[in-house]
Amino acid sequence: MRVLAAMSGGVDSAVAAALAVDAGHDVTGVHLALSQNRQTLRSGSRGCCSVEDSHDARRVADELGIPFYVWDLADRFTEDVVDDFVAEYAAGRTPNPCLRCNEKIKFSAVLDRALSLGFDAVVTGHHARLAGGELRRSVDSAKDQSYVLGVLTPEQLAAAWFPLGGTTKDRVREIAAERGFAVATKPDSHDICFIPDGDTRGFLARRLGSLPGPVVDATTGATVGEHDGTYGFTVGQRKGLGVSAGDSRPRYVLGIEPVSRTVTIGTADLAVVDEVRTGVPTWTGAAPALPARFEVQLRAHGTPVACEVSAADGGLRIALAEAQRGVAPGQSAVLYEPDAVRGDRVVGQAAVADAR
Amino acid sequence: MTYLDHAATTPMLPEVLAAMTEQLGRVGNASSLHASGRAARRAAEQSRERLADALGARPSEVLFTGGGTESDNLAVKGLFWARRGADTQRRRLVVSPAEHHAVLDSVEWLVKHDGAEVTWLPVEPSGRILPEALAEALGDGRDVAVASVMWANNEIGTVSDIAALAATAHAVGVPLHTDAVQAVGQVPVDFAASGVDALTMTGHKLGGPMGAGALLLRRDAECTPLLHGGGQERDVRSGTLDVAAIVGLAVATGTTVSRREQRAEQVGALRDRLVQGVTAEVPDARLNGAPLDDELAGGPGRLPGNAHLSFPGAEGDALLMLLDARGIECSTGSACSAGVARPSHVLLAVGADGERARSSLRFSLGHTSTDADVDAVLDVIGPVVERARRAGLGRR
Repeated sequence: MRVLAAMSGGVDSAVAAALAVDAGHDVTGVHLALSQNRQTLRSGSRGCCSVEDSHDARRVADELGIPFYVWDLADRFTEDVVDDFVAEYAAGRTPNPCLRCNEKIKFSAVLDRALSLGFDAVVTGHHARLAGGELRRSVDSAKDQSYVLGVLTPEQLAAAWFPLGGTTKDRVREIAAERGFAVATKPDSHDICFIPDGDTRGFLARRLGSLPGPVVDATTGATVGEHDGTYGFTVGQRKGLGVSAGDSRPRYVLGIEPVSRTVTIGTADLAVVDEVRTGVPTWTGAAPALPARFEVQLRAHGTPVACEVSAADGGLRIALAEAQRGVAPGQSAVLYEPDAVRGDRVVGQAAVADAR
Repeated sequence: MTYLDHAATTPMLPEVLAAMTEQLGRVGNASSLHASGRAARRAAEQSRERLADALGARPSEVLFTGGGTESDNLAVKGLFWARRGADTQRRRLVVSPAEHHAVLDSVEWLVKHDGAEVTWLPVEPSGRILPEALAEALGDGRDVAVASVMWANNEIGTVSDIAALAATAHAVGVPLHTDAVQAVGQVPVDFAASGVDALTMTGHKLGGPMGAGALLLRRDAECTPLLHGGGQERDVRSGTLDVAAIVGLAVATGTTVSRREQRAEQVGALRDRLVQGVTAEVPDARLNGAPLDDELAGGPGRLPGNAHLSFPGAEGDALLMLLDARGIECSTGSACSAGVARPSHVLLAVGADGERARSSLRFSLGHTSTDADVDAVLDVIGPVVERARRAGLGRR
C-alpha cells in the first residue's frame, strides 16, 4: 500500500510512520505547514508547526529513509480553522479547533490530495483504534484522541490509518527511544497550536478588539459588571469573571448572548444541564436507529456520561443520565457505544446548539 | 536514478576527487613559514593561477571564499561599504529582482540596517536585463554605490550581456558585480574581457567540492571585508585557507572550462530533446526564459543545461513529488529555508502570475546526463502531469 504519513515533528507521528514502514508499506512523509508565521520558535510544549518541528519531522523521515515533503496549507488552515475559531467565539460559542482541523485539513484537504496523487491511505499518530471501519478509543485512556476524530465520516475513515491505537503513550516513547529518534523525549503538545503562548483570551482580544457588554446575574436580573468581550468567557467558566455578585457563593457563566453582548452568570444549581440539543450530526458509520442509548463526551478529555439520544428538529436531543456543568454551545457532543473489551466505539458527533 | 538537478549541485569530477584526496593527507597551513606551510601555500597559489587562467583574471584578482553565498555577500556589502565610505551620497544599490537570494537578501539587509536604498531593475519577459534599463536606473550614477546583475539566472537559465552592462555602469562611474555561479563552465566567462569589477563563482556547480568558491575582484576595486582576522586574501577575506578545497575548486574550474564547448553542445542537444519531448507529451507545457536557440553577443542566450517549464493546472511541488517517487530528481527552483514551496520570485519578476510561478519545474542537465535520463522523463511526464492536475483540482 502507498501511504502518506502526516508528520508533525512529534513523537507520535514519528512512531506511526515507523510502524507503517515496518509493516512493509511504501511510505512518504509530509509535514503540514499550517502557521502563517513559521519562523516562530517553539515555546515550551505548545504548537506543532514551527520550523523546528518541520526539522524534527524531516530528521525522522531521513532516518526511516522515506521521502519527505512540506505541504503549505497555511492559507486553508487560517481560513477553515483559525478564522472559524475566532468567528465561533465571536458568536458566543466554544469551538474545538483540533476537531475542525481533522475535519477540514487532515482528513479533507490532505486526504483528498493524497488520494489524487495516488496514495491509498493517510497515516497519523492519533491515539485511537480503527479496524473494520470502526473507530474506537485508544488502549491508553489518558491519551485517547478519539474525541477529536469523532467528526470523521465513513469515507474519510476508509482511507485513514491510526497505528498507535493499541499502544500506550509510554510504549510509543520507548519505541522512539529504541529507534534513536531525537523526538523520543519531546514534550507532548497541548493547547492550541496557533496560540503558542497559551493565552486564548489575549489572542481573541487581538483579533476581535474590545467589545464591551454587561455581566448579568441570572437570579436578580441585575447588571453586576462589565466585560471587554464575550469571547473571554465560556459557558461553565467559574474563574476570572471579575464581578462581585453580593454573596460568597461561586458564580458560573450560564450563557452568552452575542448580539447584546450579554454574559449571564449564576450559581452552581443553575449551571447544570440535563438536556443537550445539537445541530446536524455526522456518523462514523451507518446512521443508528434513534432513539438509542449511548454515552456522550462533551469536551476533549471530558468524562463520558450515559444518555438517551433522539432526533429533534434535524439535530439531536441528548438526555443526560447525570446533570453536567459547563456544556457550551459550539462544543462537540461525541457519542460512544461502550465496549470495555475492544474500546468504546465512536458512533458520531454533533455540535451543541443549546443546553438546558 | 535520473539526476536532473545539476544546477543545485553536480557530481564531483574524478580528477577533482583524486587531487583533493592527495592534498587532504598533507599537513600545512598556507600562512606558515616552514616547509610544510610553503608546500601548502604553493598548492594554493598554483590553484589560484589555474583558476585565474581559466576565467581570464589575474591571480591577484582571485579571492577564495566559502562559496557563492559568501562571495555575493562580500561583493554587495563590501563594495557598498567601501564606496559609501569614500562618498556618503553613494547609498543606492541598483539590482535585478531576479537575483539569487544571496544577493537579494544582502541588499535587503543593507536597506533595513544600513541606510541603503535600492532601485530594482526591470526584467525582460525572457529574464534578461537590458543595458538601456540599467542606464536609466543608474541616472548620473553619482548616488549609486554598486550595481549587481547575474550572468545567468539560476532558475530559468537566461544569460544577460554582462560586458554591455559593465560598460553601461562604467560610463557613469559605477562598479558592477555579477553572480556567475551558473554561468562558469556553461557559457564563456572571461573576467577581464567582461569588464565587471567583481564576479561570484563556486565550485560545486562545476564538479568541484561544496564550501569552496571565489570572488574575482579587480585590483582597483575597494571592498570592505566581512571577515576580519589574519589578513589572508588581500586582507579582504581572513581565515586559514582550505587548501584541499581550493585545489579541488581549481581543478574543477580548469577542467570544466577547458571542456565547456564540447560539453555545452552535448548537454544542449539533450536539453533540446527533453524540452521538445515534454512539450510533445504535454502540449500546453510552456518553456520559461529565453528560447532554446537564443543567442547573445556571439554566445548562448540560455544556459545549455537549463529546461524550465510550467505545467498549467499542476502544482510544482506535486510534480516534483510524483517524479521523485519514479526516481527522477529535479527542482521547483525555489524553496525557502522552511522547505515550503513558494512561487518563484524569478518567475514573478519576469511577469508570470502566481499560478504559473507555482506550476513550474526546473530540469537541469550536466556532465553526467545521458539520453537515458531524457527518456526516463519522457516515459512518465504525461501521466505525472495528468495526476498532478487531478490533485490540483482538489485544492482551492
